[in-house]
Amino acid sequence: MNKLASSRPKTIDLINASLPKRHLSEKLFRSIGLISIMMGLMFLFMLFYGIVSKGYTAFQQTFIQLEMNFDEQLLDPEGTRHRDALSTVDYSGLVKASLGKMFPDVTDRNEKRLLYSLVSTGATYQLRKMVMDKPALIGQAQQVWVPADDEVDMLIKGHVMRDVPETERRLRDVQISWLDQLEAKEKLVLKFNTAFFTNGDSREPELAGIWGALMGSIYTLIVTLILSFPMGVATAIYLEEFAPKNKWTDLIEVNINNLAAVPSIIFGLLGLAVFINFMSFPRSAPLVGGLVLAFMTLPTIIIASRGALKSVPPSIREAALGVGASAMQTVYFHVLPLAIPGILTGTIIGMARALGETAPLLMIGMVAFIVNIPSNIFDPATVLPVQIFLWADSPERAFVERTSAAIMVLLGFLFIMNALAIILRKKFERRW
Amino acid sequence: MADIVEIEQQDNQIERRKKERRKQTRIHLQTAIVTRDNRQTIGEITVADPRIRCTDIDVFYGDKHAVRNVTLDIGRQEIIAMIGPSGCGKSTFLRCFNRMNDTIENCHVTGKIMMDGQDINDKSIDVVPLRAKVGMVFQKPNPFPKSVYENVAFGPRIHGLAKDKVELDEIVVTSLKRAGLWEEVKDRLDQPGTSLSGGQQQRLCIARAIAVNPEVILMDEPCSALDPIATTKIEELMDKLCADYSIVIVTHNMQQAARVSHRTAYFHLGDLIEVGTTEQIFTKPGHQLTEDYITGRFG
Repeated sequence: MNKLASSRPKTIDLINASLPKRHLSEKLFRSIGLISIMMGLMFLFMLFYGIVSKGYTAFQQTFIQLEMNFDEQLLDPEGTRHRDALSTVDYSGLVKASLGKMFPDVTDRNEKRLLYSLVSTGATYQLRKMVMDKPALIGQAQQVWVPADDEVDMLIKGHVMRDVPETERRLRDVQISWLDQLEAKEKLVLKFNTAFFTNGDSREPELAGIWGALMGSIYTLIVTLILSFPMGVATAIYLEEFAPKNKWTDLIEVNINNLAAVPSIIFGLLGLAVFINFMSFPRSAPLVGGLVLAFMTLPTIIIASRGALKSVPPSIREAALGVGASAMQTVYFHVLPLAIPGILTGTIIGMARALGETAPLLMIGMVAFIVNIPSNIFDPATVLPVQIFLWADSPERAFVERTSAAIMVLLGFLFIMNALAIILRKKFERRW
Repeated sequence: MADIVEIEQQDNQIERRKKERRKQTRIHLQTAIVTRDNRQTIGEITVADPRIRCTDIDVFYGDKHAVRNVTLDIGRQEIIAMIGPSGCGKSTFLRCFNRMNDTIENCHVTGKIMMDGQDINDKSIDVVPLRAKVGMVFQKPNPFPKSVYENVAFGPRIHGLAKDKVELDEIVVTSLKRAGLWEEVKDRLDQPGTSLSGGQQQRLCIARAIAVNPEVILMDEPCSALDPIATTKIEELMDKLCADYSIVIVTHNMQQAARVSHRTAYFHLGDLIEVGTTEQIFTKPGHQLTEDYITGRFG
């Protein structure tokens, strides 16, 4: 027996011999993981750097200070101060007059046109609003900051180079010289771009804003949440806690799982066919968008909720049933409270996906050019990702930075939603 | 080289011996299976004025016949222990009394379980009042992830046993006192039930069960996860509780069965082999299988 034991290699020697190989493979695995994370972080950084570096300038806008003379003769020759009369006056004439006064030497028709194009067409709307809000301005003179045209804005921000030949530029040399004069007199400055956060879409980049799309997204998500959360949770509870296990529930389960994998554009087609063509719901409305996205989000919420319900230990159900709780009481008092964090996480993941979804909304007309801010779920609207798509598709240079800025707003929205989810989850999580 | 051959031979020999031993055990068990059909339960299966009377109970899990044709009475104010090797169907049988088997997929129970003139195995019986009448304590302590107070108050609250907060408080306090837990938790009623020690958790579960004032308490290996001191406390508690309740306890611990129970039932592979007073079962068992089990020859 002794001989046997000594002839056999000792266990500890075998283990020691295998150690270097094990250490190596462990090290290898760890470094692969580390490299993957580093790569991921690098790409994330590149993404953020690209977006922020391109987009941060959109939060500023070039303004030109004009000496406005609210001439009574021009605005209200009859002195009635009637709103209809005031709203139809040619305010662009006021702008032109003011610019003409600043540059008296510009007399040529073509040159005048070039001069007038330095100021955004938004200036006339701004002046109309000023006069309509405060008719007492008529007959007075005032200095007013009006937005510059997007070409001017691009030049001031340095996105358009001065040293390229004049023929390859949108701004003529003479316009640049006027701008330099204005800048020298401190009548041309960069200010915070409030219009970007308060306006709807526009063909003019300097007037285009994100607010319309943001409101559209909010209304759409509200509809989605109201429909998909209760329906999804109720479905999950029924299937998990009450439904008998037979081939029908199996069939339903398979279908729900398949539904989660259906390409989103199919849901868009469904929305178009059912809600718009058959049920005659308004086109481009957050109501229809929300319905379609609710369909798309439902399977995600159902699957996540079922997972959360399944992970509640069966001993809790037995305990509740054992003291004579009904199935409903067991679920309501014991199972659901424990499953809520998981259900919320699933819901937020679904909602985040809905927020970023574009394809199905194209099918139901939410891709339209909509200037007005939607004020309810029936108004035509667009959503943030579609707005990004529309701007990215626009030829003007100034839309490039606005596209990136809109992406930042979308990511910010997403970030707030996720933060809310974490806060809610922490609130409901039981730590015992 | 020769050494290695020698080692292998030795290993083979050990293997062979092990196999032989296994075969012997199997033969022993097989004889038990073969003689099943004509097996009759030995001992007194009926008592005068029973609390529960089970007749011809069969339980199936799908195709598996887990409990075979068991007839047994549960007396009033008695502790009846069910013993037997693992998988013999004693826990399954226990769960028939409060229809907990309903929650198991594919589980199918036939036979009559008469309690207060009703067949509680009848599908038309509402399990909610039944489970209020027949409380249960599980193998693993399973307090709700709520406060100690809420754990005990849950049953009375859902059954509407208390008219107001004062009454509910009273029920909670008396239940905790009867479960022998009051002194230990009176200052931390608002703390989570899961923060208590294992033994305290199990007593909390007993308090939760007796808070709805049941008539029968089922205990499914209540002490298997507890240390000897906690076990002693639970056993003393059972001794006190049996003045008011019938207690059915499933246990693997034969000393425990011998200590606490008045009657003992021995199960083997789904059959009820023998029933009798605890003293009789442990001193002069009537069946060979019972004797083998209690003397530790298998199990």
